[in-house]
Amino acid sequence: MSLDLTRREFLQGAGAAGALTLAPGVFLYAKDPEVPVTDAVRWGLLVDTRLCQEDCDACVEACNEEHNLEDLGRPETDAQWIRKLTVRDPLGGRTISLPMMCQHCENPPCVDVCPTGASFRRIDGIVLVDKHTCIGCRYCMMACPYKARSFIHENLTEQLPHAPRGKGCVESCTMCVHKVDAGENTTACAEACHKDGHQAILFGDLNDPDSEISKRIREFGATQIRADLGLNTGVRYQNL
Amino acid sequence: MSIASVRYATLDAGRSYWGLLAVLAGMTLVGLAGFLHLEHEGHWITGMNNQVVWGIPHVFAVFLIVAASGALNVASIASVFGQVTYKPLARLSGLLAAGLLIGGLAILVLDLGRPDRLIVAMTYYNFKSIFAWNIFLYTGLLAVIALYMFVLFQPAFARWTRAAGILALLWRLVLTTGTGAIFGFLVARQGYDAAIMAPLFIIMSFSFGTAVFMLVLTAAGRGSGRVLGDALLFRLKNLLAIFVSAVLYFVLAYHITNLYATEHHGYEAFILNFESLYSKLFWIGQVGFGSLVPLALFYAPRTRTCRISTHVGAGLVILGGLIQMYVIIIGGQAYPLVLFPGMEESSSFYDGVIASYVPSIWEFLLGFTGVAIGLIVVVAGLGALGILPEDLSDPKPAS
Ligand code: SF4
Ligand code: SF4
Repeated sequence: MSLDLTRREFLQGAGAAGALTLAPGVFLYAKDPEVPVTDAVRWGLLVDTRLCQEDCDACVEACNEEHNLEDLGRPETDAQWIRKLTVRDPLGGRTISLPMMCQHCENPPCVDVCPTGASFRRIDGIVLVDKHTCIGCRYCMMACPYKARSFIHENLTEQLPHAPRGKGCVESCTMCVHKVDAGENTTACAEACHKDGHQAILFGDLNDPDSEISKRIREFGATQIRADLGLNTGVRYQNL
Repeated sequence: MSIASVRYATLDAGRSYWGLLAVLAGMTLVGLAGFLHLEHEGHWITGMNNQVVWGIPHVFAVFLIVAASGALNVASIASVFGQVTYKPLARLSGLLAAGLLIGGLAILVLDLGRPDRLIVAMTYYNFKSIFAWNIFLYTGLLAVIALYMFVLFQPAFARWTRAAGILALLWRLVLTTGTGAIFGFLVARQGYDAAIMAPLFIIMSFSFGTAVFMLVLTAAGRGSGRVLGDALLFRLKNLLAIFVSAVLYFVLAYHITNLYATEHHGYEAFILNFESLYSKLFWIGQVGFGSLVPLALFYAPRTRTCRISTHVGAGLVILGGLIQMYVIIIGGQAYPLVLFPGMEESSSFYDGVIASYVPSIWEFLLGFTGVAIGLIVVVAGLGALGILPEDLSDPKPAS
């Protein structure tokens, strides 16, 4: 518990002190390895579809840039960690637009089926792929109900140190774990959406009753996509 | 032919024997060259993509693995259920099962994104994963077959034959259930979320395995100058006919249960409405040529006692089985995931549309490599060990 507090203090301090003292990029490995990841937090995202604009893909572009996801002009095999989904109700024709990405399930089917344990869920709720043990069997892609994962179909160059990727492995949204661990308290998509003035994506700690994300969920409610599957997703949507 | 008097002999390693092995080795080498190219370039050169992640290699691999389990039918009937007629063929049954299994597993490994990490796959286990369990079940079956063959070959252990046969029978039933469960556990996919997947796979294994066994038995007999007796062949044919009917029945039950649930109507229409490619493959390939035509050949008065019709029928069952695998594996992925039931979805990632999949030569090469590797095991086994009885003709009536 004391370690958890240390972690929390560290995160709270990071906003003020961290921004002053650390240059960008120094954050990359700023997570103190002595401070364990804790289940006292559960990181999550809240998407308000009323604020999300159909013609905007700032979140997608920010994610692609943050992790160096290239457009190779082969849409069927190019990786997409986040995509804009248009949903139309045939009755009446109401259309909504929303960002779709790994939902960071609490009971993730991808983790259940992975033969080597390469797919795993950190106790703070972030679901990741260990690129050292993924054998590229793609069973997780078969199992994910949200089509959140991409297989790397070709050789990659110019990798970023905080986003290791490689041919033959599967990957998906990391909830910008490198930013979270550096105490930045946001993700590339949320940041970009904010910058564009839409503020449709909010990042935060679902376990902290005082966090903005928890307050908004408490006040207005939020839905899981395919709640019927009982996965308890970490990404929630409003005004679906 | 009484059991005690059965004499086994290796195949004569003549010119045609070595020629066959050379052809199979050549096929394997071509396949491996294709694999190296695929490995170097990455999977973008195949037809597989982020929508259809398992392709032709998996169609072949799952078919071979399922057929391997079914190839043990003859061994089970002989050793567990004590059918004397089949006893002389139990060794071939075991060898063929091992060959098919090795071929299927080879494809699965060669298709991995990181086949170089095979050692990881064998040292890191997630015991919640049915896939990890299957790795045990597959390698375990090879060990069980080895044990069973050992018992068959050692007269001193003859009294253990039944026990080894029971072990092999139980093991393969669990293995096929596990293989079906790979798909049955995918609850979010419209076409797979069905408990009937496991028994369907078991009965499919009986059918495919028996068909392969009949053709291999005939070919081995031919190649070695042994004449296969009519009675034996038609007995196998009658067995196969029952299995083919049973598969049809299970497929019918699967679709009827699915039609009962409105949420599955979209997928059912996709497979049954005769518009999509998968629907045509289902009706023409799987149901027509893969089931009804063989059944007609097996049962019609004019063809039921014709050896050629019997072999054509068995060949069609194999073809229909591959098509059935294609419909299940590729069709199940091509049909879009439903994120918002009742809504229309669209995105840059092919949400809401039928995914396209055009198989590539590289994938077929992997599939053929698996078949070739499996046949090499069988042919080498026939040449090295006394697998085939010297006499395959029908027993003369006792005089
Ligand atoms: S959304 Fe898909 S990839 Fe993400 S945790 Fe859930 S099952 Fe896994
Ligand atoms: S592709 Fe990698 S992460 Fe996905 S199930 Fe296979 S080993 Fe696990």
